[in-house]
Amino acid sequence: MAKIGQDEWVETAEERTSVDAGLRGRLRHLWANTHPGWRLGAFVLVAAIFPFITSSDFHVRIGVNALLFAILALGLNVTVGWAGVLDLGFVAFYGFGAYAYAFVSSDQFGLHWPTEATILVVVIATAALGFILGQPSRRLSGDYLAIITLFFAQMFVEVTTNLDRIEVGDRTLDITGGPNGIPGLDQFKLFGIQFDEITDYFYLLLAFLVVVAVALYHVDRSRIGRAWNAVREDPLAAEAMTIPVNRVRLLAFMFGAAIAGLSGTVFGAVQQGVFPSNFAVTLLIMIYAALVLGGTGSMSGAILGGIIVVSVPNVLRSPDPASWLFYLAVVGGLILLLRNPVRLLAVAGGVVALGFAIRGIVAGVWPDTVADAALRDSSIADGLFNWVVLLDVSRETAGNIAFIALIVAGLIYTTLDGWRRVAMLVPMIYLGVFAWENRLVFEPSVTKQLLFGAILVILMASRPQGLLGTPRVETT
Amino acid sequence: MEPLLEIRGLSKSFGGLDVIQDLDIVVHQGEIVSAIGPNGAGKTTLFNLISGLYRPDAGDILLDGKSVVGLRPDRIATGGIARTFQTLRVFQNMTVKENVMVAAYGKTKAGSVRAILRTPAQRREEREISRLAEEQLSFFGERLMGYRWNQPAYSLSYANRRRLEIARALATKPRVLLLDEPASGMNPNETLEVTELIGQLREELGVTIFVIEHDMNVVKGISDRVIALDHGVKIADGLYNDVADDPRVIEAYLGSGATTTK
Repeated sequence: MAKIGQDEWVETAEERTSVDAGLRGRLRHLWANTHPGWRLGAFVLVAAIFPFITSSDFHVRIGVNALLFAILALGLNVTVGWAGVLDLGFVAFYGFGAYAYAFVSSDQFGLHWPTEATILVVVIATAALGFILGQPSRRLSGDYLAIITLFFAQMFVEVTTNLDRIEVGDRTLDITGGPNGIPGLDQFKLFGIQFDEITDYFYLLLAFLVVVAVALYHVDRSRIGRAWNAVREDPLAAEAMTIPVNRVRLLAFMFGAAIAGLSGTVFGAVQQGVFPSNFAVTLLIMIYAALVLGGTGSMSGAILGGIIVVSVPNVLRSPDPASWLFYLAVVGGLILLLRNPVRLLAVAGGVVALGFAIRGIVAGVWPDTVADAALRDSSIADGLFNWVVLLDVSRETAGNIAFIALIVAGLIYTTLDGWRRVAMLVPMIYLGVFAWENRLVFEPSVTKQLLFGAILVILMASRPQGLLGTPRVETT
Repeated sequence: MEPLLEIRGLSKSFGGLDVIQDLDIVVHQGEIVSAIGPNGAGKTTLFNLISGLYRPDAGDILLDGKSVVGLRPDRIATGGIARTFQTLRVFQNMTVKENVMVAAYGKTKAGSVRAILRTPAQRREEREISRLAEEQLSFFGERLMGYRWNQPAYSLSYANRRRLEIARALATKPRVLLLDEPASGMNPNETLEVTELIGQLREELGVTIFVIEHDMNVVKGISDRVIALDHGVKIADGLYNDVADDPRVIEAYLGSGATTTK
């Protein structure tokens, strides 16, 4: 009989483990072997010089927004990523923090508390709210809990919208300012420093991010963090392994809530006002998108996701970078989809040939309709406009038709197999480019969303675990 | 011998189906007792009742003279009754070592504030938990050691996941260990290893073991005493040979009129 517990696989583990090869492997190795503290330090360093390299307040404002999202995603990650509690009421905690700050830092009730105390009180109060709103997690989990918590999020918006005309006896009480919100909030004044520029808030948020990240890192690596993970993986087994499941879940709720409340105070001060519409479900979706995109469960992922979700749509706002991103997404998507140089070249060649052919025909038959390349001020090579037809007349209608045709082509594409499927990509790409150049590029507000959605789809399809997440197996 | 785990008049039914009926079982300090019985005899239900996952309809469960009925499962586990699951329930996306460290929760104290601040007491406790986990994992020779500490549990083989569940249960520092079919899904060699291991656990940790097992070689190899269940009723209780020869046990397994060849 073999010796107890003899295991060849473990004995030879060293020999089998080779350092990841290639640039990608080495980068991954470097990333995995860098202490998270260094990673955070590097990020803070880069972020700290950001206000110096841009002179515009607008950019710093985007930076503030990105940091807010990063912190929110970190908070959501505790509840959703670590403890596995699907909390769709998260945004209510953010709103509560902002409104709580507004109540004690504006003329609404004539209160102007010192900022230090306010932040402390608000964070504790939001954690307490998390404790209360987390109660359903004692009985519910998964989808059911999600529905209940979503209700809390909606209720927050309704309550803040309507708590402005409370009849008490013969007096009318205004608590939340209704749809008009509470304007004119005080700026922060922390330890004698009066905040008045957006840059001040940028650095404050950076400091908050560091504090939150370090605190969460410590908790994650403690018995509490392990208990959260265990409850996410298998609540029943966790219970049998001495973990008080309900208490641990509520703690996760409270952590998420407290962090959201903290972000809320800063948001209120930055905006110098709070309005119910600030805390709608769309915001919730964006925070979730940030977390999922970065990688649920990963703190670096949450931070990266928050930054991407805020900055990318802002980049997409102006046509020129948006065009670059569009073509990059097309090419990148194509590479990810085909992964085969021969097919890739075939499709690319097909698209180019189709483009010149159509342009040749259109320019030959209806020469008046084709616009000059100079129409568009773009850094994308002029050659492009000798290829794709840029219309001078009824551009909008043609763009709409092309867009609908693209959707139809996409539907047909899904029903095809083999080479037909690959071949279908040629007209699809052409239609996409046509619709883009003739219609979408002129409407940044719509394009922004469309393109961002497309980028999300491509990223998630190629990396379901998120950019910096680790793949997980599904547990029942 | 002192009775450590005592079950008195335990009953449980699910929608009219009596799964456990008026069951009395005593497990003494330091004993290894096996529960056998055909599928559906109520063995796993019995474990679920003892570990608090189900609430009994009637009867009492005493650990060291104190009733554990009505306590939350985590309180019971902290109180000294640990278990493994027949259908494996390791924390798949956690590392092997973390899986075991989790189980130290009940007997450790540092809360979130101390964790955030990394107080010296908290660090000491973490080191202690880590050491405890390594110690439990080392029970299985090399199988769960070395690089496997940092592997996610889903990467383990079926047999290794069974071992991991045992290590995890041991990390709660139990007085009674409930093992639900520890040898199922294992090859003959591994089964032999489990048999030796169970004996070793008692020897080295002084833990009392109550085990459900179908593999009669394992039952024969480890048991001080065997209890046979059928339809939630105890039909035999005694030494292996006596129980294995008991006509009622043979009938429960093979049907009436059957005989065994020796």
